[in-house]
Amino acid sequence: MQRLREKIYRWIFTILAFASLIFLVGIILFLFKESLPLFRYVPVGDFLLGTAWYPTHEEAEFGILPLIVASLWVTLGALVICVPLGVGSALYIHELASARQRAFLKPLIEILASIPSVVYGFFGMVIAAPFLQQLLKLPTGLCAFTASVMLGIMAVPTVTSIAEDALSCVPNSFREASLAVGANRWQTLTQVVLPAAGSGISTAIILGMSRAIGETMTVLMVAGGAAVMPRSFFDPVRPMTSTIAAEMGEAAVGSLHYNALFSIGLILFLITLIFNILAEIISRRFRLKLGLGR
Amino acid sequence: MSNNTTKKFINDHSTEQAKKEAILRKPQVVSQNQSVSVKTKIRVENLNFFYGNVKALNNINLGVAENSVTAIIGPSGCGKSTFIRVLNRMNELVPHTRVEGKVFLDGHNIFDPCCDVVEIRRKVGMVFQKPNPFAKSIYENIAYGLRVNGLKDPNVIEEKVIQSLEKAALLSEVKDRLHDSALRLSGGQQQRLCIARCLAVEPSVILFDEPCASLDPISTAKIEELILDLKKQYTIVIVTHNMQQAARVSDVTGFFLMGELIEFGPTEKIFTAPSDKRTEAYITGRFG
Repeated sequence: MQRLREKIYRWIFTILAFASLIFLVGIILFLFKESLPLFRYVPVGDFLLGTAWYPTHEEAEFGILPLIVASLWVTLGALVICVPLGVGSALYIHELASARQRAFLKPLIEILASIPSVVYGFFGMVIAAPFLQQLLKLPTGLCAFTASVMLGIMAVPTVTSIAEDALSCVPNSFREASLAVGANRWQTLTQVVLPAAGSGISTAIILGMSRAIGETMTVLMVAGGAAVMPRSFFDPVRPMTSTIAAEMGEAAVGSLHYNALFSIGLILFLITLIFNILAEIISRRFRLKLGLGR
Repeated sequence: MSNNTTKKFINDHSTEQAKKEAILRKPQVVSQNQSVSVKTKIRVENLNFFYGNVKALNNINLGVAENSVTAIIGPSGCGKSTFIRVLNRMNELVPHTRVEGKVFLDGHNIFDPCCDVVEIRRKVGMVFQKPNPFAKSIYENIAYGLRVNGLKDPNVIEEKVIQSLEKAALLSEVKDRLHDSALRLSGGQQQRLCIARCLAVEPSVILFDEPCASLDPISTAKIEELILDLKKQYTIVIVTHNMQQAARVSDVTGFFLMGELIEFGPTEKIFTAPSDKRTEAYITGRFG
């Protein structure tokens, strides 16, 4: 009886653990199934490198290069903002802040992560965009730059919390050893702590990037939505995510447009997959380097 | 009645103080036999140390002669590590701590507000309980200390790295792999690397905080040999759990118990004819 119960528990937890795997496989299969028909009519090269996205025209064109560029463009901009902010706050919280400041700052940054993205989008649309438009004298505030700013702020909690984990993995004995040979705090931080936490921090940055590139609602509301090649940071753009979100509702199920949107999803999935694998490899190497095991 | 006891207590305290001072003078007398111009390197006066509200050190007074080895012994939690970490102000890194009293290094109080803590830590090197090399190469571990102290010339740095490794009796074992990761060395080698790293910045005092606690007997013997050798150039304070070790390496021994310095004097005397019952009890293994 006891044994049977144990067996049942074991099965229940095994099923729960494998459920996410089943979802993952299901989603991947579905993505492939819905996107592959497109490539019977549109060569992969034209799809990836074509610069014209006219999915509803008579002579429909499915070139997603402007969308990919827009996504990378916006993500790059977000990085410029979230890396210094995120890594800087992690450094401050973990290395410099007093216990009281830490107790106050850490939850505050975590609250940033709990704000729904539509709120960020709304804030960006109503407040940030007009403000930046006036400040920088732009033709429109809804552009890649504004989207970058919003995404950057959104990615800060991700970067901060993972970078902070990396810093707390650096043994305290390193800091003591450094101070004991007469290094000051700044030297200890930049020459011992940061290099030791370096790959952990790059993991933080990569995961921040995948957070930014996958974000949909905010870019949909703020980025401007023009599916053309951006010429500067201040052009309106249409990243991959917002393209899918905006057009899925009007694409007829089974049409080429429908397949093309799934293909965009597939590309997006592959990009974030690569980011995550990179992050995993780097963080594994990091743990080995500090002698912490896997 | 209550007045009486207080008075008695004060009296007791002052005689104890006098006793301590008498003991305090002793090591200097002993060392004076060896050389005429011996000088007190570190003088600790009325030192108290608090972790929050817990008093970890209670009114410590002692003097450490130059070029001597002073061993600090006592049971776990008696404050010996706390004491040694006060001497290079390392304990300040622990939040909510407070220090009272004075510690003179070459006649200057290290708690003086105008005193530079970085400079003190350079003068007073430290070797920790667990070997703690950086996750850098053997070479870089030592070069780091030189660079943070402003040395730039790569030739000079290399020369000093080699010298320090030599002094720490590690050079012959690592000379073909100076650029390998220090974390690949054995525990004993790592500890000698840490000693080399400490020597490189040319301190005048070296603090050893149970340097052999995580090492095997052979590595321990090597470190002890090294300490005896280093005594010629440096003033050494070593915390140890191991009484044989204290007896082997030190000239002067201090016995700590519950945050107080119970007895302080020549090692020979402490181990053969301790004047305090508690010292005797600890040394003969009745507690601790």
